[in-house]
Amino acid sequence: MVISLLRISYFCFQKDSHPLMSQKVLLSEKEINIILHRLACQLLENHLDFADTVLIGIQPRGTFVAERLSQILKSEYGVKHIDLGFLDITFYRDDFRRGDKTLAATETTIDFLVEDKNVVLIDDVLYTGRSINAALTALQSFGRPKDVELLTLIDRRFSRHLPIQPNYRGRQVDAINNEKVKVMWKENDGEDVIYLINK
Amino acid sequence: MSELSVQHLLGIKYLNEKDIQLIFETADHFKEVINRSIKKVPSLRDITIANIFFENSTRTKLSFELAEKRLSADVINFSAGQSSVKKGETLIDTVNNILSMKVDMVVMRHPNPGAGIFLSKHVSAAIVNAGDGAHEHPTQALLDSFSIREKLGDVAGKNVVIVGDILHSRVALSNIFALKLQGANVKVCGPKTLLPKYIESLGVGVETDLRKALNWCDVANMLRIQNERLDISYFPTTREYTQQFGVNKALLDSLDKEIVIMHPGPINRGVEITSDVADSKQSIILNQVENGVAIRMAVIYLLASKIK
Repeated sequence: MVISLLRISYFCFQKDSHPLMSQKVLLSEKEINIILHRLACQLLENHLDFADTVLIGIQPRGTFVAERLSQILKSEYGVKHIDLGFLDITFYRDDFRRGDKTLAATETTIDFLVEDKNVVLIDDVLYTGRSINAALTALQSFGRPKDVELLTLIDRRFSRHLPIQPNYRGRQVDAINNEKVKVMWKENDGEDVIYLINK
Repeated sequence: MSELSVQHLLGIKYLNEKDIQLIFETADHFKEVINRSIKKVPSLRDITIANIFFENSTRTKLSFELAEKRLSADVINFSAGQSSVKKGETLIDTVNNILSMKVDMVVMRHPNPGAGIFLSKHVSAAIVNAGDGAHEHPTQALLDSFSIREKLGDVAGKNVVIVGDILHSRVALSNIFALKLQGANVKVCGPKTLLPKYIESLGVGVETDLRKALNWCDVANMLRIQNERLDISYFPTTREYTQQFGVNKALLDSLDKEIVIMHPGPINRGVEITSDVADSKQSIILNQVENGVAIRMAVIYLLASKIK
């Protein structure tokens, strides 16, 4: 089945210049915007004024989702204050020394205590679940949260290595293993778009 | 680039500028980690490190051990004083015996220059030089530069004077290599008897007048007079050395600008610097110690990631 899917996707995208790599738009700017607003409303429904809730974006790419959600909640839903942090999980990953390259760290910025707070971990794509597992371990260094929820913009179904599921999901995608979901943001990549890339 | 160009840290001489930047960037992250309420990360949980010290040490040994533990590595300590070295065992035999207990990395201090380099050619573990005689002390130089970068924003273009016993100092040599690599201007200052003859060939200036040197510099790194290494009399008396090359508060306050005072420790208070200088707000001596742990975590993390 995998081979036939590959063939189909290759057939569909062969107009692209590189014969071995093709990409299609999974979500456009407008769709991303609608999804972000929906996710913001779902967060609002469960957390109201965010007095005891903190948003933590997972570095490097979950931070864009977290920042956007925080902006929407403040500007369009009148939330006055949201604690927003960024968590680097490099030193907690389970693949240290297993790849060819040294894992490079990014910045952690958590200027508040997570003790007894409701934490919403935010990432762009949920794939194997290993990053989230590392994030849960990393989070323990900042205290004992009351509860932890997971929000992901894209949930790649059927590809989990660990029993981890999101509480809030933007879009569920059935992508096969050699496909890649690439989330791009205006502030970093020039445009808001999500591609499904076939390597 | 997110990888070191070397398998071992034997000296600054073997590093390039990018290696130093990578170590600093990684150390920035570890500095944030060691200021959390839980100061530990699980990265090196399957790595075992042996700290082998053939020479006395307080700061370096504690700093390495703490760095290793904060990375969750398993640590074994070995001091030559209480070991079979006294019974005549060779260095390679000692280390190979330790390695056969499945040790992945060796942190070694040794009184002989080049001991780390020798070892790296004969055993299969990653070697970190924690000081080899009067040769190099790379992690000290890295933490010194890291502290300058933290205090002054950058190392490039800064004027740094290293004062004291340059002849016997591994800290001086490693610092010269590290500072030059990062584009700092370096001068050495001390009694002529304690300045190596061809030190200018390393691209450093020589100054024998302390006041002139201090007026020139942004940072003064004060070295200890290593009495244990002074086999002959290099200066008449300690008191005379202090008069000529010791920094006191009055001297510091009489300078045209406010300079940063560093010291690799241990301090001989009242000899190379007085207590009020060591404890003044211009001194970053304790910051150096704190940064030492972050730098050593970075070095060990980056080297361990290359162990296959």
